[in-house]
Amino acid sequence: MSTQTINLTLKVWRQNGPDDKGRLDTYHAKNISKDMSFLEMLDVVNEGLSKKNQDPIAFDSDCREGICGMCGAMVNGHAHGPESETTLCQLHMRHFKDGDTLYIEPFRARAFKIIKDLVIDRSAFDQIIQAGGFISVNTGGAPDANATPVSLEKSSLAMDAAACIGCGACVASCPNASAMLFVSAKVSHLALLPQGQPEATRRSLNMICEMDHLGFGNCSNERECEAACPKGISIQNIARLNREFIKSSLFSTPSV
Amino acid sequence: MQLNAHIPSGPLSEKWDKHRFELKLVNPANKRKYEIIVVGTGLAGSSAAASLAELGYHVKIFCIQDSPRRAHSIAAQGGINAAKNYPNDGDSIKRLFYDTIKGGDFRAREANVYRLSQISNNIIDHCVALGVPFAREYGGLLANRSFGGAQVSRTFYARGQTGQQLLLGAYSALSRQIALGNVEMFTRREMMDLVLINDHARGIIVRNLVTGELERHGAHSVVLATGGYGNVFFLSTNAMNSNVSASWRSYLKGACFANPSFTQIHPTCIPVHGTYQSKLTLMSESLRNDGRVWVPKEPGDKRAFQDIPESERHYYLEAKYPSFGNLVPRDVASRNAKEQCDAGRGVGETGYAVYLDFRDAIARDGKNTIEKKYGNLFQMYERITGENPYESPMKIYPAVHYTMGGLWVDYNLMSTIPGLFVLGEANFSDHGANRLGASALMQGLADGFFVIPYTIGNYLNGHSQPNIDTSHSAFKDAEHETGERINRLIAIDGKRTVDDFHKALGNIMWEYCGMARNEAGLETALDKLPELREEFWENLKVPGDPASFNQSLERAIRVADFMELGELMLHDALDREESCGCHLREEYQTDENEALRNDDEYCYVSVWEHQDDENLQLHKEPLVFENVQLSQRSYK
Ligand SMILES: Cc1cc2nc3c(=O)[nH]c(=O)nc-3n(C[C@H](O)[C@H](O)[C@H](O)COP(=O)(O)OP(=O)(O)OC[C@H]3O[C@@H](n4cnc5c(N)ncnc54)[C@H](O)[C@@H]3O)c2cc1C
Ligand code: FES
Repeated sequence: MSTQTINLTLKVWRQNGPDDKGRLDTYHAKNISKDMSFLEMLDVVNEGLSKKNQDPIAFDSDCREGICGMCGAMVNGHAHGPESETTLCQLHMRHFKDGDTLYIEPFRARAFKIIKDLVIDRSAFDQIIQAGGFISVNTGGAPDANATPVSLEKSSLAMDAAACIGCGACVASCPNASAMLFVSAKVSHLALLPQGQPEATRRSLNMICEMDHLGFGNCSNERECEAACPKGISIQNIARLNREFIKSSLFSTPSV
Repeated sequence: MQLNAHIPSGPLSEKWDKHRFELKLVNPANKRKYEIIVVGTGLAGSSAAASLAELGYHVKIFCIQDSPRRAHSIAAQGGINAAKNYPNDGDSIKRLFYDTIKGGDFRAREANVYRLSQISNNIIDHCVALGVPFAREYGGLLANRSFGGAQVSRTFYARGQTGQQLLLGAYSALSRQIALGNVEMFTRREMMDLVLINDHARGIIVRNLVTGELERHGAHSVVLATGGYGNVFFLSTNAMNSNVSASWRSYLKGACFANPSFTQIHPTCIPVHGTYQSKLTLMSESLRNDGRVWVPKEPGDKRAFQDIPESERHYYLEAKYPSFGNLVPRDVASRNAKEQCDAGRGVGETGYAVYLDFRDAIARDGKNTIEKKYGNLFQMYERITGENPYESPMKIYPAVHYTMGGLWVDYNLMSTIPGLFVLGEANFSDHGANRLGASALMQGLADGFFVIPYTIGNYLNGHSQPNIDTSHSAFKDAEHETGERINRLIAIDGKRTVDDFHKALGNIMWEYCGMARNEAGLETALDKLPELREEFWENLKVPGDPASFNQSLERAIRVADFMELGELMLHDALDREESCGCHLREEYQTDENEALRNDDEYCYVSVWEHQDDENLQLHKEPLVFENVQLSQRSYK
């Protein structure tokens, strides 16, 4: 591993609460090791600010392994930065050059309110799942796990869709701020498995209604979501969702 | 105080059944009158909240993150054990039980571990029903693999994302109950204190992390599922927000802390590479199924790996443990890596790393097969280090990973405070002095799905349950005390940042209470730590406004508690004058440097009771083994 360092200029969105107007402030990140992750770079900047008794830049993170979906910001207009299939916490500074200027802004969408600086409220995603992103079984009474075989192909596709980390990059990248990739990933994951079949139609209808209700936009096939997704969730899931949705609008009404 | 583990009598295999029959039931109509607080939304908390709500209880659940789905459980990679014996390779409930007891170096309770093994199978059934996309074979049945230290294939997995898929399963069940109105979810809330009324747990004080406000929440029972405290070492594989505060505050209110120093150091992590480093990344130990661990034979050999001929490579695990080889349990693998590095054979820039090499596996099975098994892990390694493990061996080093210690609980998972239950990694219950791979997920879900729904009813029905009144003076006092504590932290207005103190604490703990401990070192640490804590309270700087979203303050509150916990860990490690599992006291080793237990004197759980700031009391819960023979662990 190299120990090279670089210097960067950061233009960071600072906003003190949802009602504040917000602004871009400039910071100089000096002697940044190329082995650092992007968030470690922000940690270093924040240590400097704290020592000067200034308010550190607020940003969310937890696992720092690219799996919890807690981190995320727009870096030079790209959700989670320029590398494909990489969360912000897994983006390393070796992908930047000495002297670069980086614009760092929160994920923006009508349904995601800004809490502070880069920290946003994504509880709308939880509400969409509550509308139907589950299989209605209570604990106890499940049949033996091997009672129903599932083809390798279907279970792999289900796993591909289930890999979504709920970070919101898809919404932030979509010109319509649509949550279709998120919703379709969950609908696909469950609809592909025999266990999820009984509720498949209701589920897709209810989740889409909730998505609309929460102020997410419509999907107009821009494909930006797929390009931004750190987990490589495919827009084929959206096609699958559309099929489920057509079935559901033919056969049922949403239960709210 | 008298400890009573409430272990049911009768033959091991019948204890849980018998106990379930004897537990009092709560009438379905009464269940909705009971409020239960669950703190934490990891596997343990989410599964508990969902199952309790399904039964009809009214549940309030809390987490630090912006969504319950982000709890640290999400990061588990490798898998979850169960005694299904689907591969027909000789597994059974008894074998899983025995392996877990032995893996824990005979410092766990037989009855708890047996129950865990029994329940393991129900967990897999339920998770499949919830839609967890476990790996499958071509025929459509579930796939299994062998995992760290097991000679049977009993580990179920979902690619390298088992924790994620299990947590999303539990989260979906929780979400359904939220939608039904049976669970109230409170995100971005941090428990600051436990509230006792007449010595029973009756509520909590939380800080709203967005507004900084303190809130009171009351209930008939409180369930902690707040995870482990590995972050006392600063660097660990735990998520950034993992902390001990909920357990620690409960400890100060009278819940005993068991085996606090039992910390698992995971052998396969990406080595430290700079002082700015914020956390360590685990590489799933499933890698040890195909990767071979080696170092150069000659100490100080700084040649690149390709320049070291086969005859000058030391495959030390295979040489020392011919029957288990690279699959020895975690504590053994970690200690041996340290031993090699301490002897000057470490590789990489710092000399604190060993190779994990896939060359032979790729030659044997082909790159495709290896990619199918470990593709995402290899990618992750390359992303972090910039090196390609298909072409050069990985470099790995042990890192703090899991805490076997935790709040003491009885067989019902109730702490020494009536009405306070503790689940998952936060309790001490099932892993003794060392946890086997893929058994934490199993324990978290066992506790939440299949134990607490029965045992909590027994408590609720067995005691009079007054109406909950959060204007009670106990709530007022606890809230006031919390506010004062926060004001004190802000008022210090010193010079050093909280991360700076946290790193200093981590250094002390890693140096003296890490992979190997000895009396002199522990004594030294017991001098250094109080000095550091004193400086913390004199020279800490917490910038920003306490009455708003303030992440520095969040960390300061947690580090203040870690400082106190650290000291308890040192006392615990010092008291236990034997080696067992992860607790290696250098004074007590076999001739071959393996942990040397002292069953005559230390076959007990160390249960620490807080009395006042000056005094600690150690209670001993004797461990009785009626079904297994205590033996020296051997993986030769
Ligand atoms: C990288 C990694 C890989 C792992 N891989 C495996 C594996 O393959 N197999 C296996 O069996 N185990 C594995 N483990 C261990 C396992 O993941 C954990 O032990 C387990 O998930 C812990 O679950 P939990 O529910 O007890 O707690 P956690 O998942 O840690 O959840 C804790 C919850 O408590 C909340 N919380 C904490 N404090 C407070 C507070 N004061 N107030 C409010 N809320 C609070 C948090 O917000 C969170 O919701 C791994 C661990 C790591 C670090
Ligand atoms: S911090 Fe978890 S995905 Fe980035």
